[in-house]
Amino acid sequence: MRIVQYRQGTQKLWAPGAGGFHGGVMRRVTGALTVAILSAAATLLGACHRSSSTQSTSPIAEGPLPAGNHALPPAAAAPADDGNWVMPGKNYAATRFSALSQITPANVSKLALAFTFSTATNKGFEAPPLVVNGTMYVITPYPNYLYALDLTKPGAPTKWTFKPKPAAASQGVACCDVVNRGAVYDNGKIFFNTLDGQTFAVDANSGQMAWHTQLGDIQRGETITMAPLVANGKVLVGNSGGEMGVRGWIAALDEGSGKVAWKAYNTGPDKDVLIGARFKPFYPMDQGKDLGVKSWPPDAWKIGGATTWGWLAYDPETHLVFYGTSNPGPWNADQRPGDNKWSAGLFARDVNTGEAVWHYQTTPHDLFDYDDVNEIILADIPWGSGRRPVLLRPDRNGYFYVMDRRTGQVLSATPYGYINSTKGVDLKSGRLIYVADKEPKAGRVTRDICPASPGAKDWNPAAFSPVTGLVYIPHNNLCMDFSGVQANYISGTPYVGADVKMYAGPGGNRGVFTAWDPVNRRPVWEIKEDLPLWSPALATAGNLVFYGTMDGWFKAVDARNGKLLWQFKAGSGIIGQPISYRGPDGRQYIAVVAGVGGWAGAIVSAQMDPHDPTGALGFANAVKDLPMKTTAGGILYVFTVPR
Amino acid sequence: MSSRSRVSLLVLGAAALALAACNREEHHSRAKPIGETVPAGESPDTIFPGSSTAPPLDPRAALYDNNANAISQGQQLFLQMNCVGCHSHGGGGMGPPLMDDEWRYGGRIDQIATTIAEGRPNGMPSWRGKLTEDQIWDLAAYVRSLSGLPSKDAVASRSESMSAGTPQTLTPHAEMNNSDAVPQ
Repeated sequence: MRIVQYRQGTQKLWAPGAGGFHGGVMRRVTGALTVAILSAAATLLGACHRSSSTQSTSPIAEGPLPAGNHALPPAAAAPADDGNWVMPGKNYAATRFSALSQITPANVSKLALAFTFSTATNKGFEAPPLVVNGTMYVITPYPNYLYALDLTKPGAPTKWTFKPKPAAASQGVACCDVVNRGAVYDNGKIFFNTLDGQTFAVDANSGQMAWHTQLGDIQRGETITMAPLVANGKVLVGNSGGEMGVRGWIAALDEGSGKVAWKAYNTGPDKDVLIGARFKPFYPMDQGKDLGVKSWPPDAWKIGGATTWGWLAYDPETHLVFYGTSNPGPWNADQRPGDNKWSAGLFARDVNTGEAVWHYQTTPHDLFDYDDVNEIILADIPWGSGRRPVLLRPDRNGYFYVMDRRTGQVLSATPYGYINSTKGVDLKSGRLIYVADKEPKAGRVTRDICPASPGAKDWNPAAFSPVTGLVYIPHNNLCMDFSGVQANYISGTPYVGADVKMYAGPGGNRGVFTAWDPVNRRPVWEIKEDLPLWSPALATAGNLVFYGTMDGWFKAVDARNGKLLWQFKAGSGIIGQPISYRGPDGRQYIAVVAGVGGWAGAIVSAQMDPHDPTGALGFANAVKDLPMKTTAGGILYVFTVPR
Repeated sequence: MSSRSRVSLLVLGAAALALAACNREEHHSRAKPIGETVPAGESPDTIFPGSSTAPPLDPRAALYDNNANAISQGQQLFLQMNCVGCHSHGGGGMGPPLMDDEWRYGGRIDQIATTIAEGRPNGMPSWRGKLTEDQIWDLAAYVRSLSGLPSKDAVASRSESMSAGTPQTLTPHAEMNNSDAVPQ
């Protein structure tokens, strides 16, 4: 692990003071001074948190959050932390930030196991556990068991297990391992999706099913792997299957009954996409009638992907739900001339009606499987004399987007990883500019395309700390050779049409963990990791950041400088999301599930043969060594600092 | 070594080559027609109550197994029918790998043909009625060749269609330990 500290230009530091933080201190500092200030800050912070960690049960972090000149989440979407963890993103702003601060750089070295739990599964485990008032809920990959663990008792025994029994055949149409990205708690119920396309609501106390609704059809290649979002009485769910020739959609189910309130397709005529009078895309490229039909060859939109398998965010002030759409299908772009709307783009919809309010097509006519489904973080950033409501998006295509969340205007798009497939984003037209040399054509191999298909970053979300104002991005450094071949559409089978081989990008490290300053649009520090990073990040008010590696190391680093402070070797590679919660005993806990898999780890969880470089859509070639470094599993680990 | 034995070696070698070539070019299209059915494909790993041995290999296996034409035809079908989308070029992904020496449902060619025809419960689609029996046998011959079991002279040095994969004659394989995939 190597840490790179960035010191170009001005360095922004958050100096602790008597009342917490004085933000907005712009200083031009160099090497030794930076270190000195940082260590002084660490000492002060450590002291500060130690003194205040004595059983504070106030809902928000000890001490006020800084009102400084850095990005902050909107209060309505990121309310005070009650010590629970009720949805994968932590809150509607998707900060993945815990305001608990008992565990700090000063005491994290004492972090030790509190209890473990075997989930009886050994596929890619991407979901975070949830914690609601003394009960922990764990949703597993297929067969999608839902466990309730009693945190009030020693060893956290199982209260109940709910088994939804999804169709076994669904495993055969799940593109990239049989993962599930999480459940969500709201109003006494746990909501989650099953691989075979159902949404379930289960009573959080009794474990009894409240309702279930069949939404996807595996005969057409549809699965559901995403975590739902519950907002304003609606359970929002979308399909997976961008590699299977499905037609993408998002649906809103009534939270009480499970009945479909609205359903919007991501391709096709405007009436299917719920595009009407309120639709005001910012850029001319996204304006026009029935673009979801006209930007495709005849009927190709019916099997064109643009699914909704990633992350949603919600702004309670405007009632807008934000989500991105997947790659268009097939990968072989020669078969679908046109912009292929509304694939690889971002929608803002009214949560009550589903009406599209704006769209921005991040990657028009996607050439490389640059889905647009990554997490969307809500923030208010300094702008002129005030603040501007924005979305922060570390995208698959390698650019960190800052967008006005009211209009969809791109304020900036800055590379956060190595890119040679595109030149940049034209902020006037909004258009991504491709590099002609890197455009794959059927019948030839196009080499050294960076980033590779999983992008500079795939699904695994970043965390956003309002304490430091930084976004902590776990991501990839992969390039690829890409060869388009004719894809035939046969329903229920893959619709890809590409032979791909991935490998490490410049530098040879396949993963990077970057602390990104979204205001000054630059990295503050980064950690080079050997293996691709496939686990989401967690940030805490104790100024710690947690993430896992695919060979099973669970790490805590200093949020301010990336220094490794603690690590634990888990029984399987980690691609799951860590969380932090306050236990019934008042102490702060950290929890994560280790279970290697997903697209990056399928070589282990699906027992693939590493001799074929094109395995797992080309990912196998980049992680040939992984089977020697970890084994499949599915174990929950929970840590705390012993008294 | 005498010149006579060298000559006889040469003759023997030529005969062997000729024979191999003969086998390689023996297309089953000229063979006696056999009824179009795909076998039940019982696995040697299955328990057969009341008897101690697995049923014999389907007689048609000999027409397809290790046959260059069948393997080549199967390779094209493997791409056209999107098998490659799940199994890649043998390394697996959505579906299990086919180039290793583990066979969930048996590695005999008739067992592979059955798997293709009937599907399997964890996601393998059923191709009965979508492909002809002949095509299913061709596919089975190719799938079996992915594991490196047939002789190298039967597999193609280049694909009939565009592919970035390694030619089968050059595909590296892990050391095989095939208990259930030995031709009978």
